[in-house]
Amino acid sequence: MSDLPLIQADRAVPPPAATTSTGGRGRRLRLLSRTDRVVIALMVLVPLLLVVGLVWLPATATVLLSGTDWDGIGPVSEIEWVGARNYADVVNIYPPFVPAVQNNLLWLAALFVVATPIGMFLAVLLDKEIRGSRFYQTALYLPVVLSLALIGFIWQLIYSRDQGLLNAVLGTSVDWYGDPDVNIWAVLFAAGWRHVGYIMLLYLAGLKGVDPSLREAAAVDGASETSTFFRVVFPVMRPINIIVLVVTVIESLRAFDLVWVINKGRNGLELLSALVTSNVVGEASRIGFGSALATIMLAVSLLFITVYLATVMREDKR
Amino acid sequence: MSRPRTQAEYLARLVPPSVAGLRRRSVLTGAAGGALLGTGLLAGCGDSDSGGSGSNTVSLGSNQSDPKPKDVIAKVVDGFKTSSGIEVGVNTVDHNTFQENINNYLQGKPDDVFMWFAGYRMRFFAARGLAGDLSDVWGKISGQSDAFKKASTGDDGKQYFVPSTYYPWAVFYRKSVWQQNGYQVPTTLDQLTALSAQMKKDGLTPIAFADKDGWPAMGTFDILNLRINGYQFHIDLMAGKESWTSDKVKKVFDTWRGLLPLHQPDALGRTWQEAAQSLQQKKSGMYLLGLFVGQQFNNDEQDDLDFFTFPEIDPAIGAKALDAPIDGYMLARRPKEEDNAKKLLEYVGNKAAADIVIKNDPSTLVANTEADTSGYTALQKKAAELVGSATEIAQFLDRDTRPDFASTVIIPALQQFIKEPADIDGLTNSIENQKKSIFTD
Repeated sequence: MSDLPLIQADRAVPPPAATTSTGGRGRRLRLLSRTDRVVIALMVLVPLLLVVGLVWLPATATVLLSGTDWDGIGPVSEIEWVGARNYADVVNIYPPFVPAVQNNLLWLAALFVVATPIGMFLAVLLDKEIRGSRFYQTALYLPVVLSLALIGFIWQLIYSRDQGLLNAVLGTSVDWYGDPDVNIWAVLFAAGWRHVGYIMLLYLAGLKGVDPSLREAAAVDGASETSTFFRVVFPVMRPINIIVLVVTVIESLRAFDLVWVINKGRNGLELLSALVTSNVVGEASRIGFGSALATIMLAVSLLFITVYLATVMREDKR
Repeated sequence: MSRPRTQAEYLARLVPPSVAGLRRRSVLTGAAGGALLGTGLLAGCGDSDSGGSGSNTVSLGSNQSDPKPKDVIAKVVDGFKTSSGIEVGVNTVDHNTFQENINNYLQGKPDDVFMWFAGYRMRFFAARGLAGDLSDVWGKISGQSDAFKKASTGDDGKQYFVPSTYYPWAVFYRKSVWQQNGYQVPTTLDQLTALSAQMKKDGLTPIAFADKDGWPAMGTFDILNLRINGYQFHIDLMAGKESWTSDKVKKVFDTWRGLLPLHQPDALGRTWQEAAQSLQQKKSGMYLLGLFVGQQFNNDEQDDLDFFTFPEIDPAIGAKALDAPIDGYMLARRPKEEDNAKKLLEYVGNKAAADIVIKNDPSTLVANTEADTSGYTALQKKAAELVGSATEIAQFLDRDTRPDFASTVIIPALQQFIKEPADIDGLTNSIENQKKSIFTD
């Protein structure tokens, strides 16, 4: 019944609709002044150039170079293509590779299971406005302010086998940095020490932003402190939780400085990032081989990023 | 010197180059630049010094970033200015950064003259056309021994390097400790083992040992290899010509395994400074290291420090070869001021510059034999005699082979050996497989 008029209207409308739509588009363009258009163009172009120049080009070049045996000397035209040989070498004859992958996973697990929850717990405690909370806050956050190179040195003073604080206090002679079974845990402790402070601060900022009336309402309803946190505060903090999760994954993937400062990522402290650096940067210049390692690292990172993005996007749709 | 001289330099080395900032950057072409960006080495451009267009200047890239050696270089440069009237623009770069960045530096806009080491790496740069021929400069230099000239010669028989200073590796000990216990300098491996057993009884750690940084163990491997298989095998092995799975190499590791219980345990967590301090504190009996071990001793203890060369293992090989890394100067491939650069190189290779170094730096030895060595300490004199009597001089493992092989294969392998000395076959197989993939050309 309503079909006919509608069709008619539709048929009747197109010509003017077309003119209004083109006219509308033209008018909108004319609304922007020359300056606006330049600004918009720059705002699109500059980040685009930066992303292409600083992310995509190097990443592509790294993938391409991973198929060569370039040593960093001589023109690009002389680079020899070796196919997948670098990858075969990485997997088959490069002893530090497997420990590096294991250590990277261990790093992620340790930060995720131990350091992050402790950081969150400390944030909750500090949120209680206990006496001297500013002092604790500063003390816990201090390691984040220090550079990792400095952190490496501080822990060297503690962990040194012959002259370190730890062995002197405990009366032991454990080779904290030298024994490959022990040193990864010693380093994870130092990394966790720093990570706890970071997470604590992020989470504390989030907790301060939670509407106090929610807690009051929960208290009026007779909820215990624990269930208030888990049933009310934690769900409200979802954006912060995601940030904390992302920060933890990023921190464990880019873990590098500490092991590099300690022993350049050798002898039990192998990490993919350290292997890439020791092969590519510096005198060694095994650029092809190092690029293969970097490509593997890129693939691993992409895996995590894909999983994360997929999760976030799916949740946003709900 | 590639080893940290002071605690300050040691600390400076702890800072990774990505943090410290690469002070000299050079432009790489196209994708190469992009690739390096992706892996952390920022390729930028810009030289801090402008080479100068006048005809009485020359630029010198110095890796002597430590205050004392830096001061010595400044004095040498002053001496050159006085004698020739040529102004030298010294561009000092942190030692480690200089070394890490050498490939880009030489391919970019290097200084006319730069400081480097003798050995495989020098010959490598010469062969790749990244260094200037100095054969004519050598014609004007006197007082350099044949051994040093040989160490300055590239694969094509031309000279590319002017030696300045060097230091030997030897077994160091404290005279007072040895006198007190009546120890005698061992001349054979058996005597060394017996002496070590005695030291253990006396409550000393026989041989101080550290390998946290990866390179000190190379000294032990080198000297055992030189004593067991001789200098030529060392050179061929380092050049990738000999097999790491050969019985000769296995014998080196096997001998080392026998000596490991005499070494300080848990070496992989210890820095060479800590090991040297155990010698200084009279907790260890001896320590195989370079002459720079003296930095860990107080001024009043310097006279108590003495050394002997590592004892003979095979009488047919003898005990005359040793590691004595040589530092010196090289010419860039296309120097802006070639004439002035060659004058500077001539000056630093001759007696006048060597005299200035002796007067100002007691921790090293000068290469020029005509120099006035009356300013040497007793230890320096003895060290100079030791190197003078050496039949062959090796440059140290990481200077005698490809740097990628030394740093990405040998360091982890030697650390693996110290960790698990039992599996020599597996270790040598792994090294040989990786060597084949690196030494392809």
